Amino acid sequence: MKEKAKILDQEGINRAIMRIAHEIIEKNKGVSGLCIVGIRNRGVYLAERIADCIKKIESANIPTGALDITLYRDDLALASGQPLVRKTEIDFDINDQNLVLVDDVLYTGRTIRAALDALIDFGRPKSIQLAVLVDRGHRELPIRADFVGKNIPTSNKESVEVHLQESDGSDEVLIAEKE
Amino acid sequence: MAWTKKDLLGLEYLTQEEIELILDTAESFKEVSTREIKKVPALRGKTAVNLFYEPSTRTRVSFEVAAKRLSADVINIATETSSVRKGETLIDTGKNIQALKADIIIMRHNYSGAANMLARALDISVVNAGDGWHEHPTQALLDIFTLKEKLGKIKGLNVAIVGDIAHSRVARSNIWGLTKLGANVTLCAPEMLIPVGIELTGAKTSSNIDEVLKKADAVNVLRMQFERDEGAAFPEQLDYFKKFGITEERLAKAKKDIVVMHPGPINRGIEMSSEVADGANSVILEQVTNGIAVRMAVLFLVSQAKEAKK
Repeated sequence: MKEKAKILDQEGINRAIMRIAHEIIEKNKGVSGLCIVGIRNRGVYLAERIADCIKKIESANIPTGALDITLYRDDLALASGQPLVRKTEIDFDINDQNLVLVDDVLYTGRTIRAALDALIDFGRPKSIQLAVLVDRGHRELPIRADFVGKNIPTSNKESVEVHLQESDGSDEVLIAEKE
Repeated sequence: MAWTKKDLLGLEYLTQEEIELILDTAESFKEVSTREIKKVPALRGKTAVNLFYEPSTRTRVSFEVAAKRLSADVINIATETSSVRKGETLIDTGKNIQALKADIIIMRHNYSGAANMLARALDISVVNAGDGWHEHPTQALLDIFTLKEKLGKIKGLNVAIVGDIAHSRVARSNIWGLTKLGANVTLCAPEMLIPVGIELTGAKTSSNIDEVLKKADAVNVLRMQFERDEGAAFPEQLDYFKKFGITEERLAKAKKDIVVMHPGPINRGIEMSSEVADGANSVILEQVTNGIAVRMAVLFLVSQAKEAKK
């Protein structure tokens, strides 16, 4: 993997998350009936950060959960390298809530497809909205994000790497060339 | 680490890392059973066959529930009403099930080593649900999972296994699993029920239940398998209860939060008193619940390994 460019640094990520938090509040006309679910792993950290920002803005605690989509993957049978099954932790009722689903990178859309299937097994939210830190294009399914930190046009030969303090020790978004 | 084995035959054949991978995966699967819709699509389109040559409700139903919560299709074969009665050999039965394009055979058999033999003969996965006096790996895994959940770790724990060690595949699987994870295992039973050479596994033996209980963080109480008593040495029931039965009086002298386990079905008043079985230290029903998560993890991992080989 050869690093080509740093797209976002720590401040850039913080600003993007703060803006997404404002947009979520604006779109939902407040925070009542709102909940946030992050997709493991990095989506969970982003979800928690968005919830923190919303708390700063509206002084309200938003229920936040974690979703593991491994068991819902459409490529489970052909997955190269065994995916590790991790815990799903949604300890609140999602029925009739406006649920914001959070992930780090939106690419083919297949992860989000799996996440939607998984969420429906937990209940029937009033709406599901999608927030991502990076949208890199190349969709293979009819899925789009409601809140985007940064649109980054990429080629299929490139990979987008999101590093977060919680999992990687630093906050940055990089584009790298696959070798 | 990745799981590479198509079968689960016994804990003797697994590394510490492989055992830990099953336990970690089971922890993730436990949540599925708490949902309103207790089902994930991970094994959709796969077929699991329950092939039981010995009676069982707990284990068979637990495997069936586990497979169904993973969206696999489950077929139960009761050998009393199958071609086994006409003299079909185990390997032939297995090959026929394979020819039906099943993906996993979950087998209980009264002969030790039957699962190993079947696994060698077939390309599809074989999960051992108990073979003779050899191993019952998923029972030991769920015991260890429950213990870890209750006490936070396995390494360094003093675990007593009490009762019919001689006839117990549960004991053997537990010894392998617990010692590999760093627990100290003490087997406690009348001498006639402690098999010769068992200390080669790394477990200690004792015939003094009160001494053993004093040091134990957990006690796994085995069922006295009177149905296997074919004129061999076997203690008299009441006598056994008096000398080895786990009672409230005995527990009063043990560690206050000692974990009491039993693989079921319980002979109340023989291995343990009803007060203990239903008491605050007992985790017997939690074991049953955890059994589903552990078996989901096993079914998931063996079928993943199978896919990887294609």
